[in-house]
Amino acid sequence: MIFTNRVSLVTGASQGIGEAIAEELGREGATVVLVDVQKDKLEQVASRLAGLGIRALPYEADVTDSTRAAQVVDEVVDTLGRLDHLVNNAGITRDSLLLRMKEEDWDLVLRVNLKGAFNFSRAALKPMFTARYGRIVNIASVVGQMGNFGQTNYAASKAGLIGFSKSLAREVAARGITVNCVAPGYIATPMTDKLPEEVKKAFLDIIPMKRFGLPVEVARAVKFLCSDEASYITGQVINVNGGMYM
Amino acid sequence: MEREELLKKVKSIVADKLNIGEEQITENASFTQDLGADSLDTVELVMALEDEFGLNIPDDEAEKLNTVGKALDYILEHYKGK
Ligand SMILES: NC(=O)c1ccc[n+]([C@@H]2O[C@H](COP(=O)([O-])OP(=O)(O)OC[C@H]3O[C@@H](n4cnc5c(N)ncnc54)[C@H](O)[C@@H]3O)[C@@H](O)[C@H]2O)c1
Repeated sequence: MIFTNRVSLVTGASQGIGEAIAEELGREGATVVLVDVQKDKLEQVASRLAGLGIRALPYEADVTDSTRAAQVVDEVVDTLGRLDHLVNNAGITRDSLLLRMKEEDWDLVLRVNLKGAFNFSRAALKPMFTARYGRIVNIASVVGQMGNFGQTNYAASKAGLIGFSKSLAREVAARGITVNCVAPGYIATPMTDKLPEEVKKAFLDIIPMKRFGLPVEVARAVKFLCSDEASYITGQVINVNGGMYM
Repeated sequence: MEREELLKKVKSIVADKLNIGEEQITENASFTQDLGADSLDTVELVMALEDEFGLNIPDDEAEKLNTVGKALDYILEHYKGK
């Protein structure tokens, strides 16, 4: 196990990709801190992981709340003594054509997807600075690179996350902290389940591997970036998309 | 707390954070010009001083603490603990 004694915090961990990331890091021995707004699901995931022998601590928190973010990180460092990995995974969509997009849908998507990462990164950097060690992985999206019909808000937030990560990577590189993105393509999760069948089919047509990805396939890339194998990698985007964007 | 005692503590924190010898650290020394701190070091130093002395130094105040002596003044004025 490569993450024995490490502590990992994953936002948006109560389902989908975040849950898979928490499990993948936990299986390597990390204590995983699960952050999400869905309290019941959070508890369920925590007990499922506990059943696998993983130490998982659920924290109900909204990533848009900076005070709460600082509080969660402080509590983690107080009780566990450290924070090694931060995975900013919480994300939402509020799709519509720009002409019809409500201002609140624009704001909400940017607040959760982009500002959420700012809130948790700023809080997590303090213990990482002190330790002169840290790994931040931000979950972007192929949509932040290619654009997508009906997703101007989402694409802006994900492209923003990439620029954010590259800038922060430069700021903290000399302190032993790396900042990278994983950009998933189309992954089968509750977020994508709700898309209409014809949209799913259209995606399949442009994916060279002709299948949707699995959450665990994203989680493995996150695990790699958190590991010591990735010690000289920072400011990068790893695409996990079946070849959809190259 | 006496100024001398405080200077000793601050010296050891600054030496540790900036990776320099304590003998270089005098009250008049400027963190950036004399002690080689870059902008990140400065942020880290402020964080370390906050932790050590249980302070919350607002950003606009922190910017003014550019010498060891000014940091001492600030801490002496605001430190309430032990
Ligand atoms: N599924 C895909 O195809 C795909 C593709 C590219 C990128 N992504 C990205 O991967 C990440 C995870 O996606 P998913 O498919 O697992 O989505 P999901 O909707 O299944 O899970 C997202 C989780 O984030 C949580 N969350 C939402 N808002 C939150 C908030 N304000 N504070 C805390 N938690 C919050 C939700 O409760 C949910 O548990 C997202 O950032 C998403 O944009 C997904």
